[in-house]
Formats: sequence, structure tokens, C-alpha cells
Amino acid sequence: MPTFVYMTRCDGCGHCVDICPSDIMHVDKTYRRAYNIEPNMCWECYSCVKACPQNAIDVRGYADFAPLGHSVRTLREEAKGTISWRLKFRDGREKNFVSPIRTTSWGSIKGPAEYAAPAAADLAGQELAHEPGALKVKGGLPALRPDQLKRGVA
Amino acid sequence: MFISNPFAELSALIPPAFMQVFVVVMIVLVAAGTLFDVVHKGSARYFFDHWRKSRVKGAKQIDAAGLAAIAMKTGVVDVLASGEFCSARRRVAHLLTMYGFVAYVGATAVMVFCYPTPAVPTPSILPLLWWMGGLMVCVGGYWFWFFIRADVAAEGNSPLRVMHADLFVLSLLASVTLGLIWAFLQSRGAPGTSVIFGLHILASTVLFGSVPWSKFAHMFFKPAAAFEKRVSSANGLRSNLPAPADKPEVLGSTRAQPRNY
Repeated sequence: MPTFVYMTRCDGCGHCVDICPSDIMHVDKTYRRAYNIEPNMCWECYSCVKACPQNAIDVRGYADFAPLGHSVRTLREEAKGTISWRLKFRDGREKNFVSPIRTTSWGSIKGPAEYAAPAAADLAGQELAHEPGALKVKGGLPALRPDQLKRGVA
Repeated sequence: MFISNPFAELSALIPPAFMQVFVVVMIVLVAAGTLFDVVHKGSARYFFDHWRKSRVKGAKQIDAAGLAAIAMKTGVVDVLASGEFCSARRRVAHLLTMYGFVAYVGATAVMVFCYPTPAVPTPSILPLLWWMGGLMVCVGGYWFWFFIRADVAAEGNSPLRVMHADLFVLSLLASVTLGLIWAFLQSRGAPGTSVIFGLHILASTVLFGSVPWSKFAHMFFKPAAAFEKRVSSANGLRSNLPAPADKPEVLGSTRAQPRNY
């Protein structure tokens, strides 16, 4: 179920327009309030919901996530580095969660061209690009050696 | 120029009664337009429905004193200080435009009704207030229009793009700008004063007559929304939002302020 905007809460600041990865949050031409121009292209990533400083955007979660009639709302607190979630089921039960904001500093992610080109022999290896360094796991990911594998298991 | 009443000078051409009738008609247009807006868009019904739901579902009941305190806080923080704005630039631009408009309109009404002719000397504070108010509207309004508008700032459209949502801000800017130009030309006795005055009257009529189609009525429904938000927060419903988190000691990596907007 896609995002929708409470028009009385929205002040038309454009943060959701800026952050929407689908580019479907736009500013309405009549009232200068945000709205979802293409609801069936919304993948409910919650980016705009979290970015909205007025908490003016809401999403009705999928029915396999919680039965219809529920409410899922988030509160992004920049200073505390937290995103809180409140899930209210239609029978009144509630679940509350707090998770960290993992915003990556702007410009801190290197583009593919900024890495050294891989050697041709790396194509034959099992590791993906930038592994094992990018994994940041000492000695690489633990993996089974061929002699540890059982043979002939149906 | 800044301390002479432009409407008293105008009385040589236009009878004061005509100016006074025009101001009254504008007030009636705003009142009627706002009532039509409230009924047509159902905003009053929406807020009262929310109000009733909030009272039923809220964990706490708020007594009359609590409601009065919330109303007072809404008035001071959200209305007088435009506290709802998340961006400091938008807030400053809005404050400039709002207080400038109040000063400009208030000074206009007092000068037109109390000091309509040069026979009654106008206290110099009134024309000064009128000029200052007009200039504040221009600074705040043009700043918003050219640099802060969401569809310009966030979507990268041309600052000259005009759409329905701009009816209020554009007619306000046209009315005030033309009013200031008219007063300036009149004080110099320059030609073309009447043409500019005619355009000023036209822009003012559009501003006050287009209330049902513009966002002029936001000065009535935005405080209602801010009040409802504060009541919802006070009675524990919080519009279904989570409670503010306890500040964690260490959560996530060292964070930097995002700069993507």
C-alpha cells in the first residue's frame, strides 16, 4: 500500500521529493503540498516517511506484515540518531521498536571507478568485487573446505 | 516620502468614501471566501471529526485548563512565531511576509478610515509602518518565490515557473509591489501614477477575491491543524506516532549531518 500525505500537516518543504528513490513524490500544483503521483510504483521504502519533518506522510503496510486496519508510523530523531517505530494492530495491541539511523555521510561512498581495476585472474575466484577487504572480517568470510563437505548425500 | 500618507494625497483624485467602500468590500470578500473554503473543502468537519476521535482514543483526558494552555502555546509558538516550519529559511521568510502583511494592511485600513484627507494630519508612524510592512512582504515573498519554493529548491524547476499554487503569493507580491511603486511615483509627481494605481487595485482585488481558489485561507486552517497536533501529543495518542526514543549511549556509527537536502 503506497504512501499518502496528510495535507494539513504537510508544509511543502520538498524533503520527500528530494529523497524518493522512485521520484514519485511531487509537489502539487494547486496547493503546493506533497503527494504521491504514481501510487502503484511506490515500493514502500519509507524514505519519505522518515525524512518528513512534519510526520505528514503515512503508509499502510502490507496485509502479510500486519492484518488490515493497523497503523505503522515512524519517528526519525536526527539528534538522537534513532528511528522509532510504532505498530498498532487493529485489536489495540502495540509493538514499539527503536533502531539506529544509518545515514552514510554524503560523498563518503566511493564509486566503482575509484577502485583499482581487478586482475583478470580474480574472475576465476569465489570472491566478489572488493572482497575480502570490504567485508571487514578478519581472514575473510568463514567457508567450508571441499574436504569438509559430505559426499553422496541424497 | 516615508512619512506622508499616500491615501491622503490620493483623496485629491478619488473620494475617501470610495476608498473606504473598497476596503470594506475586500474584508467582506475575505470573510465570505474563507467561509466558503471551510464549507466547500470540509476542513472544519475534518478537524472536529479528528478532535472527537482523538478524545475517544487518547490515553489521557485533557481538562479545560490543559486545553487553554495548549491553545495558548499554539498561538504563541505555531502562529506568532511560525514554529511549524522545519527550515529556518522558510520560517524567516514566512515571518517577514506575515508580519509585513499585517503591518501593511493594518496601516492601510487606519490611514484610509482615520486619516483619509490631508485636512487631518497623519501621524508619521503610520506611513512608516506601511512602507516597512510592504518592504518586509517584498523581501520575504521574493526570497520565497525565487529561492525557497519547493518545486524550485527541490525539483530544480525555473524560478519563473507559475502554477495555480502561486496565485496567493504572486497576487500578494503584485499588490504590495505595485502599491509601493504607486506611492513612490505619486510622491514624485511622476507620470504613469494612475496606471500603476489601477494595476495595484486589480492585483489587490485578485488577492482578496481569490480566497476560495488560493491558499489565503491557510491562516485559518493551519493553526487548527497545529492545535489538533498538540492535543494529540498531549493526550497520548500522538497521531499514532511512536514516543520519542530514550537517547542511546552508542547507536550506530559516528554520524555526520546529512547534506543531501
